[in-house]
Amino acid sequence: MDRPDTSPPTMMQRILASDFVFDFTRAPLAMLAAAVVLFLFIIAILAPLVAPTNPFDPASLNLMNGFTPPMTPNMFTGQSFVMGADDQGRDLLSAIIYGLRVSLFVGVMSVLLAMGIGVSLGLVAGYVGGWLDNLIMRIADIQLTFPSILIAMLIFGVLRGIIPPDLRDEMAIFVLIAAIGLSEWVPFARTVRATTLVEKEKEYVQAARLIGLRRGQIMWRHILPNVIGPVLVIATITLALAIIAEATLSFLGVGAPPTEPSLGTLIRIGQDYLFSGEWWILAFPAVTLLALALSVNLLGDWLKDTLNPRLK
Amino acid sequence: MLVILARRLAQAGLVLLLVALISFAIFRFVGSPVENILGQEATVADRNELIERMGLDDPIPVQYARFVWKALNFDFGISYRTAEPVADLIASRLPATLELAFISALMALAAGILLGIFTAINRGGFLAGFVMTTSLIGVSLPTFLIGVLLIWLFSVELGWLPSFGRGETVKLGFWETGLLTASGLKSLILPAITLGLYQMTLIMRLVRSEMLEVLRQDFIKFARARGLPERMVYFRHALRNTLVPVTTVAGLQLGSIVAFAIITETVFQWPGVGLMFINAVYFVDIPVMSAYLLLVGTLFVLINLIVDLLYLAIDPRIRDRNLRGG
Repeated sequence: MDRPDTSPPTMMQRILASDFVFDFTRAPLAMLAAAVVLFLFIIAILAPLVAPTNPFDPASLNLMNGFTPPMTPNMFTGQSFVMGADDQGRDLLSAIIYGLRVSLFVGVMSVLLAMGIGVSLGLVAGYVGGWLDNLIMRIADIQLTFPSILIAMLIFGVLRGIIPPDLRDEMAIFVLIAAIGLSEWVPFARTVRATTLVEKEKEYVQAARLIGLRRGQIMWRHILPNVIGPVLVIATITLALAIIAEATLSFLGVGAPPTEPSLGTLIRIGQDYLFSGEWWILAFPAVTLLALALSVNLLGDWLKDTLNPRLK
Repeated sequence: MLVILARRLAQAGLVLLLVALISFAIFRFVGSPVENILGQEATVADRNELIERMGLDDPIPVQYARFVWKALNFDFGISYRTAEPVADLIASRLPATLELAFISALMALAAGILLGIFTAINRGGFLAGFVMTTSLIGVSLPTFLIGVLLIWLFSVELGWLPSFGRGETVKLGFWETGLLTASGLKSLILPAITLGLYQMTLIMRLVRSEMLEVLRQDFIKFARARGLPERMVYFRHALRNTLVPVTTVAGLQLGSIVAFAIITETVFQWPGVGLMFINAVYFVDIPVMSAYLLLVGTLFVLINLIVDLLYLAIDPRIRDRNLRGG
């Protein structure tokens, strides 16, 4: 007779047996969205290996290939491209893969920045309280009155003004990250502050204070792990917002520089050729952006519903 | 009531001064005004003369006070790029933006309320479900992509509507309007839809959920029991009770319409203040950026103030709570 297995479950087993995974395997839409996001992330990270050509290598470009339609051989060179070629004869598929890389990099980095700022300020505001709390939340209130895209544009413009003109293109990506990150911190701060206010009255915090831990230690080691759940949900939703914000800014010409085109930049280029019938230069980057934004959004919505115990 | 009014006005004034401070900081400290105006080859004497004339050697608070005073007199300095007074630039472009924003807001409100009622009444029906699903996709689409897709469909493929500019305009005094000519109206359609679509879905969803909430209440059953026709029940009894939150949200959304006009104006090359702002950001034209911030900031503060006061006027409970609190 087999003895029942009494060894404690491993980390992997515990994860697989959780409610979270259980719910996930029963939400086909969320699984599809997660698959799309994962696929796009992997492609973006492995861009140099996956892309047929390197769109930034001038040697791989042939101007004769300009405006080659998708799946048809070019009439001069005989070359054929899955998604066609753009105005400069660049393989559009490669350009999209590299553009996706820029879009995701900016999106993820700006969410991390917003999260860092928002969580820190929220913790301090909630735990320390007093005038500091008042000041931080007042700033948050005022910033919340303005749409975040407007704030991102302003920050972008100001940072551009501070940076010397010859460095503007080089620094553009980082300026973009700073602008979007600084425009999205408020939801993080408000949520963390609200949860911190509840947590700091609990007994484990009082116990930690009793044994004489410093305020910083209590905030980071004890309270933070307990408020991080909702933060992850907001991070997912903010990622969708950040990706769209980046695409919008780049589309308007005040985002990624021409040397490092993102999906938004590609759509901007594509718009110029709509009237002459070269639809693919616009359509493929647009569909990629849409798939990305929609999937991240769906995933965020699902996370929000699943992690919210009131809806169960 | 007077106490609340005074307190709200004071708050609004404080926020405005803060916005002006940020504007001033951008104007004064981002890039050097002297170098931007004179260029790098200017002599020291020229520079000193300009510093003297602009008062850049005065204490900072004095400069700030002068900045605010000038702004109150509609003097926002001179554009670095076009060398025109910024106030003239704004005055010539503001009508275009205001017309666009106003028409889109009107469209969003009308279509949003009607569709909201429709989807609430026909809950579970096929058409209502279709409208709700489409609206979800509409929310996920970035504004600029909606604009580009509309251009593709209606200007490129069908050739029905113009894809850029305002068409012919008529001058009414200082106000240049596109609402009085056929080509002006035609040019307005696509940008207005692009700009209003997001707000429309927002209002539609709000009206729908509020209607569903209200329709469950007893006074609706009562109205039906009294034998009122359905139309009366929906419009006279149910819709009226949803109007408080709708007013608030619609009012606050007016501000975002002005902000999102930046995107729409760029897509359609609409000659408004949004396009002016984006060009200013691109060319680092600091006085224009700072004046735009001041303009939009004032607009937002005003809208918030009006919505707050409207809310107080509509819902007596809030008025009482506020009075007791202060």
